[in-house]
Amino acid sequence: MFKVLSSQMIVPNLHQITLEAPAVAKEMRPGQFVILRADEDGERTPLSVCDWDAELGSITIIFLNIGSTTNRLSELRDGMYIPTVVGPLGNATDIENYGTVLLVGGCYGIGSLFPIARALKEKGNRIIMVMEARSSYLLYWVERYKQISDEVVFITRDGTLGLRGHVTCLDDYIKNQETPIDMAIINGCTFLMKTGSDTTKPFDIKTIVSLNPIMIDGTGMCGVCRVRIGGETKFACVDGPDFDGHQVDWEELLQRRKTYMREEVVPFRTSGCQGHSCKSQG
Amino acid sequence: MSEQAKRPKRKPLDLNRRSMPKQPPKIRSHNFYEVALGYQVESAVEEADRCIQCPKPKCVDNCPVEIDIPGFIKCIAERRFEDGVKILKEKNCLPAICGRVCPQEEQCEETCVLSKKKGQIAIGRLERFLADWEARQGKLKLLKRKKKTGKKVAVVGGGPAGLTVAGDLIQLGHEVTIFEALHKMGGVLTYGIPEFRLPKAIVGREVDYLGKLGVELVTDFVVGKTRTVDSLLKEYDAIFVGTGAGLPWFMDIPGENLNGVYSANEYLTRMNLMKGYLFPEFDTPIKNHRQMAVIGGGNVAMDCARTALRLGAETRIIYRRSRDELPARLEEVENAEEEGVIFEFLTLPLKYIGDENGWVREIECLRMELGEPDASGRRRPVPIKGSEFRFQVDGAVCAIGNSPNPLILSTTPGLEAGKKGNIVADEANGRTSRERIWAGGDVVTGAATVILAMGAGRQAAKSIHEYLLSH
Ligand SMILES: Cc1cc2nc3c(=O)[nH]c(=O)nc-3n(C[C@H](O)[C@H](O)[C@H](O)COP(=O)(O)OP(=O)(O)OC[C@H]3O[C@@H](n4cnc5c(N)ncnc54)[C@H](O)[C@@H]3O)c2cc1C
Ligand SMILES: Cc1cc2nc3c(=O)[nH]c(=O)nc-3n(C[C@H](O)[C@H](O)[C@H](O)COP(=O)(O)OP(=O)(O)OC[C@H]3O[C@@H](n4cnc5c(N)ncnc54)[C@H](O)[C@@H]3O)c2cc1C
Ligand code: SF4
Ligand code: SF4
Ligand code: FES
Repeated sequence: MFKVLSSQMIVPNLHQITLEAPAVAKEMRPGQFVILRADEDGERTPLSVCDWDAELGSITIIFLNIGSTTNRLSELRDGMYIPTVVGPLGNATDIENYGTVLLVGGCYGIGSLFPIARALKEKGNRIIMVMEARSSYLLYWVERYKQISDEVVFITRDGTLGLRGHVTCLDDYIKNQETPIDMAIINGCTFLMKTGSDTTKPFDIKTIVSLNPIMIDGTGMCGVCRVRIGGETKFACVDGPDFDGHQVDWEELLQRRKTYMREEVVPFRTSGCQGHSCKSQG
Repeated sequence: MSEQAKRPKRKPLDLNRRSMPKQPPKIRSHNFYEVALGYQVESAVEEADRCIQCPKPKCVDNCPVEIDIPGFIKCIAERRFEDGVKILKEKNCLPAICGRVCPQEEQCEETCVLSKKKGQIAIGRLERFLADWEARQGKLKLLKRKKKTGKKVAVVGGGPAGLTVAGDLIQLGHEVTIFEALHKMGGVLTYGIPEFRLPKAIVGREVDYLGKLGVELVTDFVVGKTRTVDSLLKEYDAIFVGTGAGLPWFMDIPGENLNGVYSANEYLTRMNLMKGYLFPEFDTPIKNHRQMAVIGGGNVAMDCARTALRLGAETRIIYRRSRDELPARLEEVENAEEEGVIFEFLTLPLKYIGDENGWVREIECLRMELGEPDASGRRRPVPIKGSEFRFQVDGAVCAIGNSPNPLILSTTPGLEAGKKGNIVADEANGRTSRERIWAGGDVVTGAATVILAMGAGRQAAKSIHEYLLSH
C-alpha cells in the first residue's frame, strides 16, 4: 500500500498528489512515469512523475480529472492509501547540452516537463519554457519555472496572458528568435504534442514528445500501447514514452486512444453514484 | 517388454475411463465459471481402481516432475486421500493447478500402458481430485520449516517457476522474497489462463499458502526498473529469475494497429487480471464484439476464442495448418468446438481492413495446403495461389506466440542471452553464466508449460540450496 502524503486541486480539474513510494523515488529520472491503481478494483493508469524526493521517498504527480480512475484519485485525502504505484517505467528523457531548448507544456505536461527542464538547465542549456492553457487561471508552477528558465512564454487561447491562440502561434515566435533553437520538447495532451510538432517541423527543430497511449502493464507485456514511429510499430511503455514528434503517426495514436471511449462513460452513465465516488468511500 | 504380462491376474482390465462432469456447452458458453466440475469421490475411486499398478510405471517417465503416479492413485483407490496428497506434494507443490492445465495427453497419460487400448487412466483428473479434496477439508497443514539458515534469496517473477522456487527454499530454512511486476502473483496462471479453466481462487490459495510459510510477497515491483538484479545481489545471497515469456508477437501485417485488434496478452489480461467481464463494477473495460477472429492454434488462442465467445461474439479461430497440428491441448480444442467456436483451418491472415474511424471491419486471408514436413516435423503449410478471401470481423486477437521480455537481460551485464531472447541456463540446475543468478521456466525455454516451469524451479531450488549451504 502506498500512502498519500498530500493532495490538492491546483487549478480547476488539475490535481497534484504526492505519494510515498520510496523504491520508485530512488530510481526516478526525468521523463519517466509510474502506473498506479486508485483502489483494488481499479484500472492501471499511467501518469508522469513531475517531481520526487529520493530522501523522503516521495513522488509528485499532476493529473487531469478525466475519467473514473483520475476521478477517484482526485478524491484521495492526506493519509489515505492506494494499492499500486509501480515504476519508474519507460525510458528517461535524454538530457544533454543541446544549446537552446524550447520546452512546451500544456495541461499535466507543464508539471511533467519540470524535472526535464531542471536537468537540462543543470547541463547548461538555455531554457525557453512555453506554458499553454485555455486561460491564464489554468496555469500553474509559473514561479517554479521562472527560477530555472531563461525565458517563460505564455500562450492562452483567450488571450488573458501572453500570446493569444494555440501552440501554432509559436510559429512567429520561433521565426523572430535571434539565437536558433536547437531542440524542442513537448509534453501534454496528444493534440498539443501533434500541433506542436507540426509547428516546429518547418524549422527543422528536433522535437521530442512524450506519448500517452492507453496502457495496462507498462512493461512490454500487453502491446496495447503500440504506436507507429517512422512506419515501425513500437511499444510506448518500453521503447518510449519519448519519441521524435516528426516521426509519430498521430492519426493512429489519436484513433487508438479512442478505443474505449464508449465504455469509459458507462460508469458515469449507469448512475452518478455506483460508478465512482461512492466506491472510494466504502 | 509388455507390462501387462506381469500384471497379477486378479481382475479383468477395465478400459472404461470414468467421465468427469462438465457444465453443458450451451450453458457454459454464457458464463465464466469453471467448465470441468471434477470427480465425485465415488467416480474418483472407480477411476483409480482401474490403474493396474505397473511395477515399472511408464506414466511416471513422462511426467516432467516424476510424480509417484501409481502411488497416489493407489491411495485414492484405498480411500487414503491424505496419504495421496502427501505423495503428490513431494514432487508437485501445485497439484490443483497441474491437474487442471497439464497437457496430460502428451505427458503422463500418453505413456500409460492402458493408452494403447484407449483406456488410459485419467491421471490429471485424479490429481485434481486429491488437491481439491484437500482444499475442501479446510485444514491447511503447514509443512515444517527447517531451522533458519540466515541466507536470503530473491525470486524475480511470481509465476509457477518462481512460486515453486520460493516454496522449496522457504521450507529449507532460507528467507525468500518474491518480486512481481504486476499487482497480483501467479504469472500466466493469474493474468493469462481464464477463470473458466483455472479459477483464480485456486491460484490465490497457493499464493496465500506461500505467504503463510513466510515467503515475503512483493507486488508492483519491476526488477530492472524499480531495482536491478545487481542491486538486489547486494542484499540477497542468490537470485532466481523466472520472468516468463511475456512479450507478445504480432504478425506485422497491414492494419494490425487498427482499433479492435489485440494481442492475446492484452485481451486476456483485461479479462483475467483486471476482471474486464465484471466491468463496470471493475474499472477496466473490455469490448463486447460481435464477430471475432483469433489467430493461432495453441492454448492461448483457445483461451482467447472461448473468452470472446462468452462475451457474446461469433468466434473464429484462424489457423494456418490443419486440426491434427493444433498445438493446443486436445481437451480444450474439444471444449471450444462444443461451445461453438468455428475453426478456419489452413488459413493465413494477410491484412486487416478498417473503416473510416480506424476500427477493424474485415480480415483478408489466404487458403493453404499442407506440403512437405518442416523442421518441426509437421507438414508445412503452403499458400494456394489466388485463394484470397475476406470475412467480416469487428475484433481480432493475435495469439501467435510470445518470447521473453528483454528487460532483465538488458539491465544485467554478463548474463548470457540465447538466440530467441531467452536467458541461457543449465537445464539440470538452472545456473546461468553469472555467479549467484539462476533462471528457469519460460524465460529460459521460451513459452512452454506450467509443469515444465515448475520442474525447472524445483531443480534450481535444489542447486541454490546446495550453493547456499557451501558458501
Ligand atoms: C506515459 C503516460 C504518461 C501520462 N502522464 C499523465 C500525467 O502526468 N497526467 C495526466 O493527467 N495524464 C497522464 N497520462 C494520461 C492518463 O493516463 C489518462 O488521462 C488516464 O489514464 C485517464 O484515466 P481515467 O480512468 O481517469 O479515464 P478513462 O475513463 O480511462 O478515460 C476517459 C476518456 O478520456 C480520454 N482521455 C484520457 N486522457 C486524456 C487526455 N490527457 N486528453 C484527452 N483525452 C483523454 C480517454 O481516451 C477516454 O476516452 C499519461 C499517459 C501515459 C501513457
Ligand atoms: C493463455 C495461456 C494459456 C496457457 N495454457 C496452458 C495450459 O493449459 N497448460 C500448460 O501447461 N501451460 C499453459 N500455458 C503456458 C504456461 O502458463 C507457462 O508456460 C508458464 O506459466 C510459465 O511459467 P513461468 O513461471 O516461467 O512464467 P510466467 O507464468 O510467465 O510468470 C512470470 C512472471 O514474472 C513476472 N515478471 C516478468 N518480468 C518481471 C520483472 N522484470 N520483474 C518482476 N516480475 C517480472 C510476470 O509479470 C509474471 O507474473 C499457457 C500460457 C498462456 C499465456
Ligand atoms: S504433473 Fe502433469 S504430467 Fe505429472 S502426473 Fe500430474 S498431470 Fe501428469
Ligand atoms: S497410470 Fe497407467 S502406466 Fe501408470 S501405473 Fe497406472 S496403469 Fe500403469
Ligand atoms: S502497456 Fe502493455 S505493452 Fe506497453
